[in-house]
Amino acid sequence: MEFGYYPGCALHGSSNDYEQSVRACFDKLGVKLSELEDWICCGATAAHSINQKLATALPARNLAIAEKSGCANLLAPCPMCSMELIKARQAIQADEAVREEMSEIVELPVTGATEIVNLIQVFQAIGLDAIKSKVTDSLDRFKPACYYGCLLTRPPKTLRFDDCEHPSSMETILRELGAEPVEWNYKTECCGAGMTLCDPGTVVDLAHKIIANAKKHGANVIVTACPMCQMNLDMRQADVVKKFAESLDMPICYLSDMVGLALGLTPEELGINRHYVALRV
Amino acid sequence: MAKIGVFTCWCGENIARHVDVERVAKAIESLPGVHCSMNYKYMCSEPGQSLIIDQIKSLGLTGVVVASCSPHMHLKTFRAAAAQAGVNPYMVEMANIREQCSWVHADKEEATAKAIELIRIAVEKLRHNRPLQPISVPITKKALVIGGGVAGIQAALDIAAAGHEVILVEKEPSVGGKMAGLSETFPTLDCSQCILTPRMVEVNQHPKIRLMTYSEVEKVEGYIGNFSVTIRQKARYVDVNKCTGCGTCWNGCPNKRIPNAFDFNLGNRTAIYIPFPQAVPARPVIDSTRCIHFKNGKCGICEKNCAAGAINFNDEDKLVTEEVGAVVVATGYQLYSIGKEQTNPNISGYGEYGYGKYKDVIDSLQFERLISASGPTGGEPKRPSDGRIPQKIVFIQCVGSRDNAKGVSYCSKICCMYTAKHTMLYKHKVHDGEAHVFYMDIRSGGKKYDEFVRRAIEQDGALYHRGRVSKITEEEIDGVRKLIVRGADTLTGKPVTVEADMVVLACAMTPTDGATALAQKLSVGYDEYGFLSESHPKLRPVETNSAGVFLCGACQGPKDIPESVAQASAAAAKVLVMFSQDQLTREPEIAHVDESLCAACCACVQACPYEAIAIEEVLDRRGNLVKYTSRVNPGLCMGCGTCVAVCPSKSIDLEGFTEEEVYAEIESLL
Amino acid sequence: MSESPKRLIADVERLAHTQVNDCYQCGKCTAGCPRAGVMDAGPTRLIRLVQTGDVLEAAACESVWQCVSCLTCTTRCPKSVNIAGVVDALRQISVERNITARKYSRTVLFQKEFLRNIRRNGRTNELELVAAWKLVAFFDDWSPFKALADARLGIPMLTRHKLHFKPGSPVKDKAVVRRIFDRCAAKRKSETEQEQD
Repeated sequence: MEFGYYPGCALHGSSNDYEQSVRACFDKLGVKLSELEDWICCGATAAHSINQKLATALPARNLAIAEKSGCANLLAPCPMCSMELIKARQAIQADEAVREEMSEIVELPVTGATEIVNLIQVFQAIGLDAIKSKVTDSLDRFKPACYYGCLLTRPPKTLRFDDCEHPSSMETILRELGAEPVEWNYKTECCGAGMTLCDPGTVVDLAHKIIANAKKHGANVIVTACPMCQMNLDMRQADVVKKFAESLDMPICYLSDMVGLALGLTPEELGINRHYVALRV
Repeated sequence: MAKIGVFTCWCGENIARHVDVERVAKAIESLPGVHCSMNYKYMCSEPGQSLIIDQIKSLGLTGVVVASCSPHMHLKTFRAAAAQAGVNPYMVEMANIREQCSWVHADKEEATAKAIELIRIAVEKLRHNRPLQPISVPITKKALVIGGGVAGIQAALDIAAAGHEVILVEKEPSVGGKMAGLSETFPTLDCSQCILTPRMVEVNQHPKIRLMTYSEVEKVEGYIGNFSVTIRQKARYVDVNKCTGCGTCWNGCPNKRIPNAFDFNLGNRTAIYIPFPQAVPARPVIDSTRCIHFKNGKCGICEKNCAAGAINFNDEDKLVTEEVGAVVVATGYQLYSIGKEQTNPNISGYGEYGYGKYKDVIDSLQFERLISASGPTGGEPKRPSDGRIPQKIVFIQCVGSRDNAKGVSYCSKICCMYTAKHTMLYKHKVHDGEAHVFYMDIRSGGKKYDEFVRRAIEQDGALYHRGRVSKITEEEIDGVRKLIVRGADTLTGKPVTVEADMVVLACAMTPTDGATALAQKLSVGYDEYGFLSESHPKLRPVETNSAGVFLCGACQGPKDIPESVAQASAAAAKVLVMFSQDQLTREPEIAHVDESLCAACCACVQACPYEAIAIEEVLDRRGNLVKYTSRVNPGLCMGCGTCVAVCPSKSIDLEGFTEEEVYAEIESLL
Repeated sequence: MSESPKRLIADVERLAHTQVNDCYQCGKCTAGCPRAGVMDAGPTRLIRLVQTGDVLEAAACESVWQCVSCLTCTTRCPKSVNIAGVVDALRQISVERNITARKYSRTVLFQKEFLRNIRRNGRTNELELVAAWKLVAFFDDWSPFKALADARLGIPMLTRHKLHFKPGSPVKDKAVVRRIFDRCAAKRKSETEQEQD
């Protein structure tokens, strides 16, 4: 099995532990990732806040590169990148004029032929049975609170992935691997990662609400498939503890970390040792 | 020789603004057969009609073309005027130069030219028309009312009061419908059952009404005045004639924990049961899917205890066929469900309200049962999860209603009123309780309605927040399960969070599940939501486009009790108008077979959507079989013309739209 | 630029691909917004200001930049109004007209610095971005306290190999990125000019 791979800036920067985890996991599962040649940033919040045209053009350039390389399915492990790519793809597919305009702006023909997939969808494509056949360790010591955040399921009409209010795709995978996912109330609440530099005060409040709820419902780890959520909840947890004088001690892991542990990979191989809040393996 | 008069109407400005009527009239004058061509500002007015009558009389016209609006609007008017002047009414044609011309064209030149064309076609058809005579059909003066809620009960009682027989069919074991389950009614707070049960008893005792509960309409054949209806009487396993309604059976039934649908599953019933104490008829049914005897052949306690010997485990569904002349549909409503699974593909559930998985999030009809004296809690508003009396209830309006994304786009009309009522009844029972209402607009048009809502706010202290709720979650706070309701108050512009003990959703009113299937059996139209369509939204509000079938109550659209009752009486009045005649006249524009040409190939028999054509024998004077031919039942034929199109020997024609007439129209265009 | 309310509304609707008149002010967006509690004008009010043609007043609200773009509003809107899209459009309008609420000028500086960073490198160079932004922000408010506020996060990031002085795998064709930026800016300019004609 092979997927095109769009790491996005986060996975090549401050969330390179996510890339390490994803790559280790897929190596073990025999999935080949071919990184998109000369990809550029998707533009993220800044583009759609400042120039809407740019918010379509930057992802469109990446879509065009993917098409040129004959890539059918492109994995974007970061939900922000994934959502921006899907939004651009749909705009290009829906309107001939947008297609022409974008092909001209990005200097490559683009039709939106490449399908964009998130990390969970790749695990689904590999198949639970195939994953289970390679499992060496049960995850039965984990009670994960699966955290989807904003952009894995929203906007539902664009992403058409899982249920936007009560998603369960991560739970399904983790339950199969022996973990006992908890039911909790903030699966899709925003952690404010986008504001982590500009407005730390609010971010700490939002992060507290989420981590505290997961803890209340019995979770011993929060599992996410978003580099921004992971970094925000992990890195800002010390501030949360300080502000609310509350011991949380909630490790924040990637979905690939959990799958990787089940496949017998070590925390070092997955990059879990580089997280702020330590996971007791 | 045809002597045709053409009368072009201005329709005030409606036609004259875009069609040069003077020029039209002038251009028509010279057409073959046209003897006079006139125009007038309002042809449908009395002076307009007089103009037509005078011209017929003075010029001896044999036919009339009126160029005006759609024939749906005024064909009847002009036919009557022609008949008054001595011309056969079927020698009147209309050219629609309003809906099909002036209203849809902006260019006056083009519209004028098209109007002339349209009139020319009509003149050409009229030149080939033959005078026709209306058909008389007999009428069965017995009505079928489908649905035994307050609307059906009212319609049945009114028709019966006029001395006609009525069959009232109800699919549940008891009549009473949704109203029987309500607590108290707005705006007077009178007890729902107290005002309804006398009517329920009356329909059961009325000598002219045959009440068929636990029954459904299976098939409808025939036509206005002459319907043949097949009704399925579901197996009750209790002989209603022997049963005395003593209650020994249901009191003794060991199977006591079956959710009672009448209580919207908040309370339990037994396997042999009456849905509620005041049920009419007070005769139980056995739920064979839950009864122990039907599972393993054992138990049979009810049979042993029944002194009347009324239990019959071998009972079967029975099909009964009844002849009726008119049908009143009163199948009512149900509430939109916020659940994940939906039967209608255009509707999705409310994931943000938990898809109904939180026990203490209930809908308004469930709340009615909770505060009803005959309900599962005896009128104590105990919440379903743990039986606590809620100290704080959030009522949410417009759930599913006015929600294009998840629900239906219409307003369900009654929720504002009953939510105000709910807050009052709750506050009357729990004096220190808090009632929060989230609403978008308060729609309280009606006699004493707005005063009622104000009373809930001003006297009973209900706290109204203008805003929708975005999310409901459940959390345990200090050992008590709370519902965290996140709403907004758009008047302050701030979000509002309420930690509630219970949430009541005022869900949209939708038609009952079986309504569209029934509508298809009756050839009645329905809208995209499944509400049955009235014939005209203003002027024919209880008729349908299926002659002899009438509507009342919430099957036609959301409405409250007073409106349902008023509409039921209106439907009954329409039935009685029909029944006041001994014969019904039908339009003669139906198919006619030239039996000398017919080869009895059956193509028409198979094509006819109304089963109006049959193959019959042609006998000579001595009674010997000469040949077979198809023959049209004039009562059933709807004049659709399908048979004409399929007949290989061209032996069927449609009166009023003969091949000759239609070809003449087409040729005039070429 | 023309200040006709009608044109401003049309501009918002075109940028957001939505019809603001579909909104019936139910407040569900404000109810679900994680930031509504601190906003000067919640999403419901922002849409109302656009409906009434007070687009510039809306664009100057602080809430436009308090929004975390979580899309909860758009997702739950019973009328399918793209509320988050309207907020984005208001952000763009506020930047273009330089009417951003004073309190959030730093956020705009950050977003602009972010785009400048991509324009230069094709991908974000995080260390460069943070350093540049802190510098720009410092010259904006002269607050060394703010400038150093997150500095303590830097060391642990470096020890966790999450920040790099030399980012790996740079973009080869950086020129094309610059041309994409320039074309998008030019397109936007010509579109707004066309609208005025």
